[in-house]
Amino acid sequence: MEAFTTHTGRAVPLRRSNVDTDQIIPAHWLKKVTRDGFEDGLFEAWRKDSEFVLNRPERQGASVLVAGPDFGTGSSREHAVWALQNYGFKTVISSRFADIFRGNSLKNGLLTVVLDQKTVDALWELTEADPTAEITVDLGSRKVLAAGIDADFELDENARWRLLNGLDDISLTLQNEADIAAYEAARPAFKPRTITA
Amino acid sequence: MGRTLAEKVWDDHVVRRAEGEPDLLFIDLHLLHEVTSPQAFDGLRQNGRQVRRLDLTIATEDHNTPTLDIDKPIADPVSRAQLETLRKNCAEFGVRLHPLGDVEQGVVHVVGPQLGLTQPGTTVVCGDSHTSTHGAFGALAFGIGTSQVEHVLATQTLPLARPKTMAITVDGELPEDVTAKDLILAIIAKIGTGGGQGYILEYRGSAIEKLSMEARMTICNMSIEAGARAGMIAPDETTFAYLKGRDHAPEGEDWDAAVAYWKTLKTDEDAVFDAEVIIDAAELAPFVTWGTNPGQGAPLSAHVPDPASYEDASERNAAEKALEYMGLTAGQPLRDIKVDTVFVGSCTNGRIEDLRAVAGIIGGRKVADGVRMLVVPGSVRVALQAVEEGLDKVFKEAGAEWRHAGCSMCLGMNPDQLAPGERSASTSNRNFEGRQGKGGRTHLVSPQVAAATAVLGHLASPADLYDVATPVGV
Ligand code: SF4
Repeated sequence: MEAFTTHTGRAVPLRRSNVDTDQIIPAHWLKKVTRDGFEDGLFEAWRKDSEFVLNRPERQGASVLVAGPDFGTGSSREHAVWALQNYGFKTVISSRFADIFRGNSLKNGLLTVVLDQKTVDALWELTEADPTAEITVDLGSRKVLAAGIDADFELDENARWRLLNGLDDISLTLQNEADIAAYEAARPAFKPRTITA
Repeated sequence: MGRTLAEKVWDDHVVRRAEGEPDLLFIDLHLLHEVTSPQAFDGLRQNGRQVRRLDLTIATEDHNTPTLDIDKPIADPVSRAQLETLRKNCAEFGVRLHPLGDVEQGVVHVVGPQLGLTQPGTTVVCGDSHTSTHGAFGALAFGIGTSQVEHVLATQTLPLARPKTMAITVDGELPEDVTAKDLILAIIAKIGTGGGQGYILEYRGSAIEKLSMEARMTICNMSIEAGARAGMIAPDETTFAYLKGRDHAPEGEDWDAAVAYWKTLKTDEDAVFDAEVIIDAAELAPFVTWGTNPGQGAPLSAHVPDPASYEDASERNAAEKALEYMGLTAGQPLRDIKVDTVFVGSCTNGRIEDLRAVAGIIGGRKVADGVRMLVVPGSVRVALQAVEEGLDKVFKEAGAEWRHAGCSMCLGMNPDQLAPGERSASTSNRNFEGRQGKGGRTHLVSPQVAAATAVLGHLASPADLYDVATPVGV
């Protein structure tokens, strides 16, 4: 997984609350057999409307999603995170995320930042007034910075360390390679094998 | 202090234990199928990783496979894509695969045990919740999500926090025609679909010890329907006899060493469970579900419950919704419920013993007019064994359809589905809304009840066939 230290980019203001994972990526997309290519499914139903914020020309290439409260509720599908990442979002800011979605996002290297609703409102106003305005999310100092905005955010130390170092679950486990190898060497000979040498 | 069976198996697989972190657990056997593996392989590819232990990994096709015309191309593009992707991934990474048409193909939880790969004291995982089935051998077996599938493929381990343990003690003698399926349905009705949450269940007691391996698998299979992480039964002579001589069972000195180890896999006398449930086998009767979750069940002799009788508001609400979906009225005798379809199969009741039980009841009788009966063996091996014993003929002569192995109508990912409003008696494990087809209505039953129901056209137990004096609905 890609390391996340700091990111600066333009924003998409999503003024909706309770955006569930089915709205982020509808169920029929779950039939796909890869982890990429979900970008066209992101907010699919809303994107049929040309006025939907993601469709606006000034929002193309934006990489910071600023969403309403309770983002990512509903089904636990990890595809919701993949769809946001495939589309190009590096970070999502909201005043409240659904637990499972948040867990999935941090596991996959998508930084979900919790700020109070007042700050979210300020970010919305900023980017709506000036779509070229940039927002910086700095994980090192745990700060969100933009014109006139300087907000601290919390993230537990373990998740932060993993993101800063780009360590997904698998790379973390592989740091214990020696332990795994030692365990394997000591396994009894009678244990079953699917392929016999 | 002594340890429980689950704790012993857990401890024997800890690769690394550190303060404040989940244990890193070694996985002895990783089973794969087409639905939950594609993104895991894709993740490996994106990160340039390999499968760490090909010799502990095996794949089969089951969820999407058709049960008719298996030599023809699969019509549904999504099903076809999933199967083709599995074949491509297994070829690319070198994973042993048993595809449609192969003699070892079948439902993943039927295949593992019959090959002798599922053994006592092993850890078994699969991207499928009914992996709990393998616990019947005294294995610690549980379902995992797709990212965990990728994790196991890459590292052969999983970081996990140890669940609590719950003893379910069943003593006494099961009455005639009362099976493992009735027992587990009664257990779930008693503790609820969330009753096992956070626990590994251990089924024990004299009634459990008397059960065959097939019956034990039926019980452990449905542990997940009680919300449990896994279900286990201590290995004993029945387990060893089942395994002896199977393809992947140990041989010679290895066998002796294995049995010596397996015999240590019993909960110690002084071990303490975090929770305990006691059930008297003698009080059980054939059990069926009337609702839309596996906990909404009752003895066949009972009536559809009145939602108003539930004190808990959410249960009352769930019962109301269930009756509406199921098209049932409170107070209706369960025996009066007529079915359109009878499904015999799945990883719960698709093994040879289940087919024998059904054949024993349906032999010389006929499936009732207007009832469609599907018999779907859990694996090709089960099918071959059934043919050798002439069971397929018994089914066909009775008017049932004898199909090819797979998950089939258990979840209706292939063409075997209920039409909206159609009602089934099914030996599978989930009666969720739409599980067997959009709008379909499912009653979970034992193979014996399924057979009697097929003959009479309404929910019934074998006793209803023998004792014509018993009026329907009493
Ligand atoms: S038979 Fe049913 S429960 Fe078992 S693995 Fe297949 S779909 Fe799942």
